[in-house]
Amino acid sequence: MAGAWLAVRHAPGALAVSGVPSVFNGSANAVAVVVLLLEFGMFRQALLRDQIRLYAAQSAAVSVLAVIVAAARHVPELYILAALSAALKVVIVPLVLRRLLRGAGEEIAGSGALSLATTVLLAIAVGAFGFFAVGTLGIAGVTLPQTALGLAMAVVLVSFVLMIVRRDVVSQAIGFFSLENGVSLAALVIAAHMPLILEVAFLFDLLVAVVVFGVLIRVHHGRAESLSTSELTRLRG
Amino acid sequence: MTATFVILLAVPLVAALACLWSPVRACQAVTIAAGVASFAAVCVLVPAAAHHDVTLGRYVRADAISVVFLLATSFLYAVVAAYSVGYFAGDASSADFGRYARRFYAGLNLFAWSMLVAPLMSSLALLWIAIEVTTVISALLVAIEDTDRAVEAAWKYVLIASAGLGLALLATIFMYAAGAHVLGQSYDLTFAELLRAGPHLPRTVVRLAYGLAVLGFGTKVGLFPVHTWLPDAHAEAPTPVSALLSGSLLAVSFYAILRYYQVSVAALGPRFPQGILLAFGIASLLLAALYLFNQGDVKRLLAYSSVEHMGILAIGVSFGAPIALAGVLLHVLAHAAAKGNAFMGAGVLVRKYQTKRIARIDGGLDLLPWSGPLLLTAVLALSAMPPFGIFRSEFQIVAGGFAAPRNVAAAVLIVAITVAFLGLSLSANRMLLNSHAKRLPRGEPSAWMVVPVVAGVAALVLLGVHPPAHLTELLVRGAAELRGVR
Repeated sequence: MAGAWLAVRHAPGALAVSGVPSVFNGSANAVAVVVLLLEFGMFRQALLRDQIRLYAAQSAAVSVLAVIVAAARHVPELYILAALSAALKVVIVPLVLRRLLRGAGEEIAGSGALSLATTVLLAIAVGAFGFFAVGTLGIAGVTLPQTALGLAMAVVLVSFVLMIVRRDVVSQAIGFFSLENGVSLAALVIAAHMPLILEVAFLFDLLVAVVVFGVLIRVHHGRAESLSTSELTRLRG
Repeated sequence: MTATFVILLAVPLVAALACLWSPVRACQAVTIAAGVASFAAVCVLVPAAAHHDVTLGRYVRADAISVVFLLATSFLYAVVAAYSVGYFAGDASSADFGRYARRFYAGLNLFAWSMLVAPLMSSLALLWIAIEVTTVISALLVAIEDTDRAVEAAWKYVLIASAGLGLALLATIFMYAAGAHVLGQSYDLTFAELLRAGPHLPRTVVRLAYGLAVLGFGTKVGLFPVHTWLPDAHAEAPTPVSALLSGSLLAVSFYAILRYYQVSVAALGPRFPQGILLAFGIASLLLAALYLFNQGDVKRLLAYSSVEHMGILAIGVSFGAPIALAGVLLHVLAHAAAKGNAFMGAGVLVRKYQTKRIARIDGGLDLLPWSGPLLLTAVLALSAMPPFGIFRSEFQIVAGGFAAPRNVAAAVLIVAITVAFLGLSLSANRMLLNSHAKRLPRGEPSAWMVVPVVAGVAALVLLGVHPPAHLTELLVRGAAELRGVR
């Protein structure tokens, strides 16, 4: 066994097969895991300001991963995409949200519909389901290992839990934005070569969505005089 | 044809910008002009698209299916623009109406623009972007009344629909990955390419993409169980917006599902894509038919009727027979006209009685010499009575169901439609046929609220009795496109 491994290891050109990719795969997976952990971190943040900070960190991690892919897989467009998405998701979106918070004068996120422990257990179950379900489908990544695709799916599903259990508009909006981070992560795994114009259009669209979310958060705060959604129970049936 | 595309892509946008700085009368004139121009442009496209695809550059393309949805949207755009003049006639005296009206008309034009752009996109990526734009603009329009209820509806709508579209974005990414196996790593995700590559696409990835697309876009279509935003948004939006939401927005989202359906049929064969649509369709239809009973709010009643009709569309596609598919496309047109009429008629009632509660509206036929009978015809048209268009389309869908053969599903369809008819007509009966107790003066609030509805009835009768030859050719070709034979 070891002999065969060594033979492959030292064959000419084999470095690209067994050496570099493992380092690359390892670091890529590590960054993807960081994205997922930051998603989980959002559950325990009671301060909305910290939650926005976590979202910025998560977006930064996705951008870093884009740079890693761009360098290792020679996809120069991804540098531009990484820069644009960092500008939008690490700088602009958190700025917009923080300004909204300052206007609202509220700091504490609305309590969850479930207790924290239950929520995290639920999120672990849902995330594990996403991770393993995508694993069984055997969809090969083009630029990144398949593990990263499973992690991306877990991020998407966990962000749904965040949107569902949190009871304030800012946390729910951040849940949606981090859902988009999960999709970006998936795109890096299986659609990294997508034409830049389409990717930029997606980002522009996100910008529009952020502005509209901001307007609606402000309108909601103007009417309800709080960021909580617990009063939103008038429409039924 | 280039000029036609330019009109569709530019005129509503220019109108929206113009409305930001114009007096109210000018806003209304510009919006009506833009609506009529768009409808005329789409009518010019019909004969061409009935025979071949029309393209402009790499990213703009219209085939028979897209033109059907363009027709529905542009028709409603024009009639709703005219209707809104009457709808706001009573508000014109209030102090901040000018500011409100400018925002409303700018938003209405932008909303119509985004719904006209979506079916013209040749790429699934651009289609997703256009549909996300329809969401955010319409969410602002739902919130525009700035009441507690409107803001609540808008927040639910934007959050649920955006989350759904997040799944649809994931579907787009997976479809890209599927196509990349055949078309190379970097391509535009146009569905013409995907359709050609169909049989060679990896099946698992296409299955996943299709499932996510039906669930994701289905959120905006209003399919059960992801319909929950729909009754709220339809009920709380200003009535002209409700008509557009129900007649065009839901249909345009259904259009996106149809595109994924086409690719999936090419890749997987019809069984799997049709099975999923059948499940969602039956569930939506049954739920909506039951919710139509004892609904207290007239606009929520019509919203649930939209869920019902979207379920019928999904079931019709799942039958897969040519006659059913042509029926589905006809149903899109007829539902747009009928539901637009119903909302506009209900809007007159709401203006007249100053309430949306069905229990507090009575004697509509006595009080409203035009709108009362027109609303009654709209309800009958929605319930698939002849001679209106929905009778023809549902007849085709049911006939296709028995031809498919999917006898059980077709039977369930007939039963559920009948139940829905009962629910809808009970409420209509209470509002229109009971005698009036409260001594409101007899008369119409505004002629502007009657003429567009008459146009809608004319369209419904035309579709039901004798659809123009070009339109029939368009529907037949669209059905062929959906079956994958061209």
